[in-house]
Amino acid sequence: MMKRIVVGIKRVVDYNVRIRIKPDGSGVVLDGVKMSVNPFDEIALEEALRIKERAGAEEVVVATIGPSDCQAQLRTCLAMGADRALHVLSDAPTEPLTTARILLKLIEREQPFLVLLGKQAIDDDNGQTGQMLAALWQRPQATFASKIELGEGKAQVTREVDAGLETLEVDLPAVITVDLRLNEPRYVKLPEIMKAKKKPLETLPLESLGVAPGAHLTTVRVAAPPQRQKGIQVENAAALVATLKEKGLLTS
Amino acid sequence: MSASILIVAEHDGTTLGAGTARCVACAATVAQAEITVVVCATDASAVARQAAALRGVHRVLTVEHPIHAHPLAAAIAPQIAALGGPYTHVLGPSSTFGKDLMPRIAALLDTAQVSDIMAVEGPHRFRRPIYAGNAIVTVEVPADTKVVGTVRTASFRAAGVGGTAQIEKIDAPVEPPSHTRFVSTSAAKSDRPDLQTAARVISGGRALGSAEAFQMLYQLADKLGAAVGASRAAVDAGYAPNELQVGQTGKIIAPELYVAIGISGAIQHLTGIKDARTIVAINKDPEAPIFEVADIGLVGDLFEIVPQIEKLL
Repeated sequence: MMKRIVVGIKRVVDYNVRIRIKPDGSGVVLDGVKMSVNPFDEIALEEALRIKERAGAEEVVVATIGPSDCQAQLRTCLAMGADRALHVLSDAPTEPLTTARILLKLIEREQPFLVLLGKQAIDDDNGQTGQMLAALWQRPQATFASKIELGEGKAQVTREVDAGLETLEVDLPAVITVDLRLNEPRYVKLPEIMKAKKKPLETLPLESLGVAPGAHLTTVRVAAPPQRQKGIQVENAAALVATLKEKGLLTS
Repeated sequence: MSASILIVAEHDGTTLGAGTARCVACAATVAQAEITVVVCATDASAVARQAAALRGVHRVLTVEHPIHAHPLAAAIAPQIAALGGPYTHVLGPSSTFGKDLMPRIAALLDTAQVSDIMAVEGPHRFRRPIYAGNAIVTVEVPADTKVVGTVRTASFRAAGVGGTAQIEKIDAPVEPPSHTRFVSTSAAKSDRPDLQTAARVISGGRALGSAEAFQMLYQLADKLGAAVGASRAAVDAGYAPNELQVGQTGKIIAPELYVAIGISGAIQHLTGIKDARTIVAINKDPEAPIFEVADIGLVGDLFEIVPQIEKLL
């Protein structure tokens, strides 16, 4: 069986875009906004490609769930070096639990030894899909990875946790979600973009997978966060310390 | 309708994590909540006593198993999922512990998760940040569905102590899987206050210029009894270790006093501090975005100002 890595990616509003909230509070303006591959997912793909380049895997498959526009992001991933792409076509956004169920269907088909995902998508900031997938698959998870070392049938993963770094050993197959410091994704060069157009991209209608796109959560409204007011300026260190003392902020 | 809320305790084997008291405070804002805290550990007694002392807690359950010597999500999740049936809500802190664990529990319970709860509008209605805190969404979970969620701890004041909940030891409901094993941790032990819960935080950015210069902040922090934080730029430049990072991809904190030194104030950093009571900014650049949110700003050279402050304290 081919040693395969599946990388899940999500199309999101580009991280440089300053988002705008719709006046009716129903969501965030997406029309005409630049979309990109979720940056954490790009790191996941980069790691998969590096594993393949040092002969740790034979094939890297990228998968996404979303409307037809997502193919642009899948092509970007193919240009980065993924071998083929799977596009589960769904016009409505899927919640993490549904996404995990769909990914599980793809995993059953592709039989990867490793699944890599970003630790969260920068739009909804849920940070759930990888863990949910691991639970449904009944396999290990290692979240927030900053280092991945593959061994025979297992992996050592260093994780960025609140207290510092933690290393786990997990049996493979496993789901690993990646953090910022794992690697720096490569830039895509023009010849690769041309080559990527010929790589296989398979579209699967969501209905064909037998997963109901059920929505569990209802969005009631989306609003801007409360803004902090700009405060005062002080002239020097003495004035700063005096102000802090006055406000009682230097003693508990 | 009353709510029955199960909170998964975060701990290091001896001490209850500060986030748990904040989860209790969040749970207590749900009307008529009966709150249970569950502690999974090898020996849960010390942690269970601390949880039982939190005001608002009705009951503490302990599950003891050798595998719970370390907080492995793959081992804890099936225990909680097996216990979760009768509860209307299952909550954990939005720390790396809770972020790792709770979605695994939610999937086992076949339910969605509400991440980073910052306010409770009703037993099934919550506010949470999206787009790095640039928007706040109000979401509703169907009334007949169990709520699984992580609590954005910076949004809640810790529940006080003085409670006397009963502690009940139960048998581990399931035998956890062995496919995930703890190897090591590099957590640096420090006498300074914990960044996540400190009342005062001194934080440094790229303008410090070197790890040596960053040391100056530790001195200032020690004089103030403060924790030390850092911007992502300072961490990426190697001036400070990862675990000090404050911001959207690091720690989200809400101290009484936050002093940003040589931090320009990128949006992802501001996301991590916007619940701070008072923000002080010291920066050479008067146009730095940090001044837009600072309560007290001081424009000037940090290498002159920081030693001056230290002398004045």
